[in-house]
Amino acid sequence: MLLRHTTSEVKEREGLTINPAKTCQPIGAMYAALGIHGCLPHSHGSQGCCAYHRSTLTRHYKEPVMAATSSFTEGASVFGGQANLLAAIDTIFSVYDPDIIAVHSTCLSETIGDDLQQITRKALDDGKIPEGKYVIYASTPSFIGSHVTGYANMVAGMAAQFAVSTGEKKDQVNLVAGWMEPSDMRELKRISKEMGAKVVLFPDTSDVLDAPQTGKHVFYPKGGVTVPELKSTGDSKFTLALGCISAEPAAIALDKKCSVPFETVDMPIGLSATDRFIMALSKAAGVKVPDSITAERGRLVDVMTDMEQYFHGKKVALFGDPDQLIPLTEFLLDLGMKPRHIVSGTPGGRFDKRMKEILERAPGANFKNGLNADMFLLHQWIKNEPVDLLIGNTYGKYIARDEDIPFVRFGFPILDRIGHSYFPSVGYSGGLRIVEKILGVLMDRQDMTAKEEKFELVM
Amino acid sequence: MEQIGILEGREKQIFEKKDGGQAFDISCETTSLSGSVSQRACVFCGSRVVLYPVADALHLVHGPIGCAAYTWDIRGAVSSGPELHRLSFSTDLREMDVIYGGEKKLYASLIELIEKFSPKAAFIYSTCIIGLIGDDIDAVCRKVAKETGIPVLPVHSEGFKGTKKDGYKAACTALMKLVGTGPIEDISPYSINILGEFNLAGEAWIIRKYYEEMGIEVVSTMTGDGRVGAVRRAHGATLNVVQCSGSMTSLAKDMEVKYGIPYIRVSYFGIEDMSAALYDVAKHFPDRPEIMEKAKEIVSREVRELYPQLQKFKAALTGKKAAIYVGGAFKTFSLIKALRSVGMSVVLAGSQTGNKEDYLALKEMCDEGTVIVDDSNPVELSKFILEKEADLLIGGVKERPIAFKLGVGFCDHNHERKIPLAGFEGMYNFILEVYQSVMSPVWQFAPRKGGSL
Repeated sequence: MLLRHTTSEVKEREGLTINPAKTCQPIGAMYAALGIHGCLPHSHGSQGCCAYHRSTLTRHYKEPVMAATSSFTEGASVFGGQANLLAAIDTIFSVYDPDIIAVHSTCLSETIGDDLQQITRKALDDGKIPEGKYVIYASTPSFIGSHVTGYANMVAGMAAQFAVSTGEKKDQVNLVAGWMEPSDMRELKRISKEMGAKVVLFPDTSDVLDAPQTGKHVFYPKGGVTVPELKSTGDSKFTLALGCISAEPAAIALDKKCSVPFETVDMPIGLSATDRFIMALSKAAGVKVPDSITAERGRLVDVMTDMEQYFHGKKVALFGDPDQLIPLTEFLLDLGMKPRHIVSGTPGGRFDKRMKEILERAPGANFKNGLNADMFLLHQWIKNEPVDLLIGNTYGKYIARDEDIPFVRFGFPILDRIGHSYFPSVGYSGGLRIVEKILGVLMDRQDMTAKEEKFELVM
Repeated sequence: MEQIGILEGREKQIFEKKDGGQAFDISCETTSLSGSVSQRACVFCGSRVVLYPVADALHLVHGPIGCAAYTWDIRGAVSSGPELHRLSFSTDLREMDVIYGGEKKLYASLIELIEKFSPKAAFIYSTCIIGLIGDDIDAVCRKVAKETGIPVLPVHSEGFKGTKKDGYKAACTALMKLVGTGPIEDISPYSINILGEFNLAGEAWIIRKYYEEMGIEVVSTMTGDGRVGAVRRAHGATLNVVQCSGSMTSLAKDMEVKYGIPYIRVSYFGIEDMSAALYDVAKHFPDRPEIMEKAKEIVSREVRELYPQLQKFKAALTGKKAAIYVGGAFKTFSLIKALRSVGMSVVLAGSQTGNKEDYLALKEMCDEGTVIVDDSNPVELSKFILEKEADLLIGGVKERPIAFKLGVGFCDHNHERKIPLAGFEGMYNFILEVYQSVMSPVWQFAPRKGGSL
């Protein structure tokens, strides 16, 4: 019982976080930046930040993750990090030769007051940025928001800093990907193509963090949204932001800078959210929903109905990031399951409001985000009201083991299983995967624990 | 093959041994260049990994959430009892705390945690911004120690204040405050502390078993299956046995000065070094020859059992080439010897934190043509692995996918090792793991081995 210390009595805590259900902004910015082709993420802070983010992303993707660091020293923290960043920009362009450097700040550089906008402008003025190359930035202080905020800030940064409005509208739709897996981004591109909608999806980590074995270590893998594509987002006729927390800020930035109208929909996880996404895309791109997509939907509904008896009334605890939790909770409700406890370390009133709306269908469910919304609290809730299923990232395995709960891994990070990079969770086929995973653990449990006379061949 | 260049400014941290004669000069112990894709970490990381295995202590990270999140249960340093060290505690500083200071939050968190978990001591890690916002964590620690009656130890590990090695030192400074505060009356004169052994996958248990069989009392394993009570009594030991070049040497030195306890450096990897680790300790107790007798008995018994088992792998592994890139240089020496014992050669050897002496010793030990690197990066590692046609890379978490992308075998000799690699049985495990990775049938499908469509 690794979590033997967890008590069922829930007490208010003063600030203290025990076993977080979040991490800090910079890792989100690093992940987002990897979704630009030829981009080297740069961490403006101590060396450790960069090492931790790379290690975590590597553990999640089982892929090399390249990023540079300003390697702050004592001097930099006294005199400011400008000299470090300028030197870093020099080093990176001459040594690693990326097309783009995407700089994000850290708690350290934010606290000493480094202004990334001013420093990158100085780099440009001083001729440190070679012709045809770019330095973009996002302010990502670790003491505000969470990793999701960092992702949102970097994605907004790439939109705001690259998009150009030429005055000539293009027949294309911007798809701003909320924090999702490379497999999900690949799936969104497939769906769009299937629908005949011309889209620019960004960021796009497919073919970056799910790269094939080639016998070579490629510093800049072939995937990622390109600079011309990012520039063209300013001329797109519409923007669809997938996720109100991680994607919408980029859509707002595009609207502000280039007057591209936008709509925010939930990340297309599960049936209802995917329905809304498909309708929104069909409307934005002016295309009809093809029969093939309708058939995909039909297959998901078919499985949901075939298996409804195994879902009905099952209690679920889930945790993770806002843009996933919103549609996932809705999907669980659509399946007839009962979400009972939901926790996200990511703060924000928007998320709170949205979850409360969805949870109207689940009276008495516990929900908390932001301060003190951590795995310790989730565990305490579970102790008070046990559940049949736990859904969340790898950190859920402690609770799953101690409380003996079937566990489906979903979200970030997943440090102990594979699959998330390759099999999407978005769209109708993503919904199928989620259903398959949930059924898998529930039925395995039944098979292993059912009394002999109740042990069934056919389920 | 397409040539990959060495990065500009990196020439001085790379050395290739040729014709024996050329002057040896490698630049090391420098901070990494701004803008480099380094494999290194920070001061906090150094402190955190060293102190982490003290299992009955509270480890509270004072700062924004990231530092605590990334170091939550990442080290397989196993405990035979309490597992408080495997939870993640953070003051989770927010913007207002950064503006108004985090002392109040730190105090409240400590009181709450000590009440809830009853730890034997508490380590409070300062992260980068603590140094900047000016929280007086020493004062908070003193206050809480007084109120709760347990040692509450600040660890000054602000990430930017040096390198990972400085973090080791900060950890040692904190430990040193515990040493000397426990009773030592009943400790045998034939006693040691084991330093720099983190009990990854239970390695400290193996080592401890050998020493105890020799009739030596192990007072404290310090940071491997560590206990506060044992650390407090560590000054009662006669000898400090230090593994790992960087992490715990400063504690050993401090204990030598303050308590007159001498120390020796050892390694538990490979037959040669493991045997030496037992003999060197035995030599320290010449008035009791049965200790040496017993050491010899253990070595001969273990080697007799191990040797034939290793021979099974030797035929397959002979002529295979390895690249080594690990944290400390000291480990590299052991690995070279261990690999040689099964017929493998080492074509690349490097570390994140080696010093000049280490690299000089490494150069002496290496074969002609071996490349030696300090604070390397993925470009260089790939270059030399391909050019030198290595069959295996030994490294840590960030190196693993690089090896696999290149199509060469891999062995984690860092936090993520899953089986004990130390001791005689660890040597068997190590060679087995090397064998299983190098000889895996999957490499035939790697393009490098002609496995393309």
